[in-house]
Amino acid sequence: MDESHLPRPIPPNDLPEPFAGWFAARGWVPHPHQQAMRAAANAGEHALLIAPTGGGKTLAGFLPSLIDLAGLPDPDAAGLHTLYVSPLKALAVDIARNLTTPIAEMDLPIRVETRTGDTPQNRRQRQRENPPHILLTTPESLALLISYPEAVDFFATLRTIVIDEAHALAGTKRGDQLALCLARLSILAPDARRVGLSATVAQPDALAAWVSPTAGPGDVRRIEGGGAVEPQIAILDTEERLPWSGHYGLHAAPEIYREIRKAGTTLVFVNTRAQAELLFQELWRGNEDNLAIALHHGSLAREQRRKVEEAMARGALRAVVATSSLDLGIDWAAVDLVIQVGPPKGVSRLTQRIGRAGHRLDAPSRALLVPCNRFEVLECRCAIEGLMARTLDGEAPGPGGLDVLAQHIMGLACAAPFTADALFAEIRASAPYANLDRATFDDVLRYVEDGGYALRTYERWRRLFHKADGTYEVASPQVARRHRMNIGTIVESPTLKVRLRKGPVLGEIEEYFATLLEPGDSFVFGGEMLRFEGMRETWVEVSRAPGKEPKVPSYLGGRMPFTTHLSDRVRAALEDPASWRDLPEQVAEWLRLQQWRSVLPPRDGLLVECFPRGDKEYLVAYSFAGRNAHQTLGMLLTKRMERMGVGPLGFVASDYVIAVWSLHPVEDVTGLFDEDMLGDDLEAWMEESSLMRRTFRNVAIVAGLIERKMPGTEKTGRQVTFSADLIYDVLRRHEPDHILLRATRADAAGGMIDVGRLADFLKRAATGGIIHRRLDRVSPLAVPILLEVGKEQVASDAAIEDLLDEAAADLEGDLVREAMGGPDGGGILHGELPL
Amino acid sequence: MSTISLAPTLHLNGTALIAEPSGALYWPARETLVVADLHLEKGSSFARRGQLLPPYDSRTTLSLIADAIRRRRPARVICLGDSFHDGEAAARLAPDDADAIRRLTGSSDWIWIAGNHDPVPPETLGGRVVTDALVDGALIFRHEALARAAPGEVSGHYHPKAAITQRGRRLSARCFVEDGRRLILPAFGAYTGGLNVLDPAIAALYPNGFRVHLLGPRKVHGFPRARLLRA
Repeated sequence: MDESHLPRPIPPNDLPEPFAGWFAARGWVPHPHQQAMRAAANAGEHALLIAPTGGGKTLAGFLPSLIDLAGLPDPDAAGLHTLYVSPLKALAVDIARNLTTPIAEMDLPIRVETRTGDTPQNRRQRQRENPPHILLTTPESLALLISYPEAVDFFATLRTIVIDEAHALAGTKRGDQLALCLARLSILAPDARRVGLSATVAQPDALAAWVSPTAGPGDVRRIEGGGAVEPQIAILDTEERLPWSGHYGLHAAPEIYREIRKAGTTLVFVNTRAQAELLFQELWRGNEDNLAIALHHGSLAREQRRKVEEAMARGALRAVVATSSLDLGIDWAAVDLVIQVGPPKGVSRLTQRIGRAGHRLDAPSRALLVPCNRFEVLECRCAIEGLMARTLDGEAPGPGGLDVLAQHIMGLACAAPFTADALFAEIRASAPYANLDRATFDDVLRYVEDGGYALRTYERWRRLFHKADGTYEVASPQVARRHRMNIGTIVESPTLKVRLRKGPVLGEIEEYFATLLEPGDSFVFGGEMLRFEGMRETWVEVSRAPGKEPKVPSYLGGRMPFTTHLSDRVRAALEDPASWRDLPEQVAEWLRLQQWRSVLPPRDGLLVECFPRGDKEYLVAYSFAGRNAHQTLGMLLTKRMERMGVGPLGFVASDYVIAVWSLHPVEDVTGLFDEDMLGDDLEAWMEESSLMRRTFRNVAIVAGLIERKMPGTEKTGRQVTFSADLIYDVLRRHEPDHILLRATRADAAGGMIDVGRLADFLKRAATGGIIHRRLDRVSPLAVPILLEVGKEQVASDAAIEDLLDEAAADLEGDLVREAMGGPDGGGILHGELPL
Repeated sequence: MSTISLAPTLHLNGTALIAEPSGALYWPARETLVVADLHLEKGSSFARRGQLLPPYDSRTTLSLIADAIRRRRPARVICLGDSFHDGEAAARLAPDDADAIRRLTGSSDWIWIAGNHDPVPPETLGGRVVTDALVDGALIFRHEALARAAPGEVSGHYHPKAAITQRGRRLSARCFVEDGRRLILPAFGAYTGGLNVLDPAIAALYPNGFRVHLLGPRKVHGFPRARLLRA
């Protein structure tokens, strides 16, 4: 427990001994919310504690359990008393370490252990036979525990379940899985109390419902932690020329360095791993004082990340450049400055990241935002305003994933036989599945049972037996074993280890990036310049050697969406020139120029500019709906423009705008953005898009249709791979309504394709009206997006054929054969998996 | 279905052939359609082991062959082996899929060349079985390429695929591989994966280099070996 516990005059310390003495010896008095949590425990109520980081939340969660356990007459016979679930393995391990201090100092007869993917087999075995009083674990390890028949005895004695960082789990697939596991725990230990711990969130009711065993917020006592002191936040007013486009912020590296030098310990947050690598390089290039600056991101080897975390905890570092890999986790009281490079993309994320500094309730957090381009200045400013107004963003969590449900049902069948009716009731008690209809549930159950295909000849192969007494049970021990090896809802992009020639593993890069490298290419990884030597059986071999123009690994996952709330604020700021006064002069001037040459985008409604440039016509829409929705919008706009005969050639999208270019100008702009756009075109495009294919692959892995690549099971050398795409194509063609395709569409619509947000935007444009400006040249506000042209590629069948044509045309000689007719036959394969 | 080109895309041992984007090969002079590695009932072979892949792979493969037959109206169809994923595949076929095969085999001179997955192709589905190789004019058809073969060999077995990059994007697809003397077809089956042509297992068969014909969505695109990516 990181937190400092400050002496406060109230409330009175009514703790029992030895706790009262232990607190007093440290000059500590329990926080009011810690007392309130005890009161909830004494009343036997479920509780949700919402407090900013550094509020003593974790101790508040555990204190009642410690007091309860300390008072037991026969602790040895108590069994498992408290289960703690955290999204991070490292957090579970850290909490275990921190709990041992008070337990040892008060000489309490309490045994605390962790159980994660790293726990050795013999300790797991021992834990099953002789459970600790307090077990700290992750959602995945809990799901695995629940899949064993022994779960009935193991959890029977459970009194309290503590869910840490609940805000980071609710609304994700890991959260869906945890909610289902909690529903099962409510059957195994009906009296166990649930305690959620959360950072401040925009939707506290939804989070309370998520914590509740009945999916209703009413039966969870809500406790608010003390408010943190107002943070001190500024935007870096760069002396450099503020870039028009780009997202790396390298122009500001010398200024960031100066801030690091002035501060004690600095956390530098960036938004992508590529940006982390580049900025880290740039900081070291100017590191005249040899300051200890480290790098931390999710692709680095675990050992290396751990080293950085430990050095940070010891206070041995002056700065760490990190991605969201450090958003959660162990708290470092020593951090006194947080620098966010690039926009935070949401007010809540900014709040949490800033909360990592000055980790004391009485000390203000100090933070500096570094916009990477002009639009980002606006976004950063709006995020700060949001933060000061204590508004938060975030949608209420959506319905739970059907792939997660399928995995869970299989896990329960591995533990014990069940009936469909009882299982349905159990699942509906969890918030993500509270509105699940019976027909969908039955389809998922049938999928688990025998694949759920309409083709009847297939029914002889099954994973569950439906027995005469109406119960379902797992078909064989082999099926159960395979299931347990595939538990979990995190599906990583396929990666390859990066290993030094005759040396250690440095980390992992996405397979996709590895295939783009040629021997002799250099790339930046882990802050080093590496030379690609070649692919070995299952790894990428590299040596340390400087090279020219390094490539930067691309990571499919690194981009965070721009929240609706922040988008609203940015649009309001643009519309109101009075609010530009304190903007950097470069930015204010840019906006004034836009006002003069065109018009500013309205808060409601939509500005569309059209202008010629070179031999093309450009259309720029200031839609502010986020990159994902814009990608979808781009596909739909180009389809419509094709039908209008204007000859669309391509598009590019950012979080703020979308630009489409074509041979001829668009005449009917209002018709182009008509709300009925979300009809057949959307469906047709979605089905073909690579986003759907990627989503299907994830759904198929989580639902157990295809298996994960297991470490050690990869074939070496000659490897025949078999793509999830092939399965997608076959299933889509013959059973378009299969439950896994429904699950895929639901996931894609909510995520990468962001149909909901697109619909909201189209509605706003329709009600607010469309302002169409025909200009004779590019407007100031359109410059940034036009600079992105050529950096982004559009994925569609036609684009693939065009690229292949272009590649073939690059070749000398007569290799390019005449095109021949024929239907769509072959397939371009993505994301192959071994099968 | 757009127009049918009769322009040859490659020459093998002096014989003009058309590589289709479907993965089938057409020999206009002999009105012969050639497909490799159908792996019928591969889905159900996974299901048998507890992995319940969608069972529609056989009917997908069969309908793709039926499309190719409708386009070309061949007098003869040669399946280059591994047409059935295993010895029990024929018994697992859904009745209407078995009927579809009988209709296909009845529509032309249908030849099943035996492969390592189907050393004894089923006799109940029509067509005739060739256990070793079929020689016709300048070409010889067999399942797996011989280390030393006379020019004109057409085979399958290796499921070749290839990848290139263009503008930073990786494009990977099934492909034909040939050097003018020997041709390896891509796998035609709906659930057949691929092996990169740069893998020694394939590359060793072409000591003097090779060209690939990559299957695009609507066209076949030729590339020399130097343009290809590993993995």
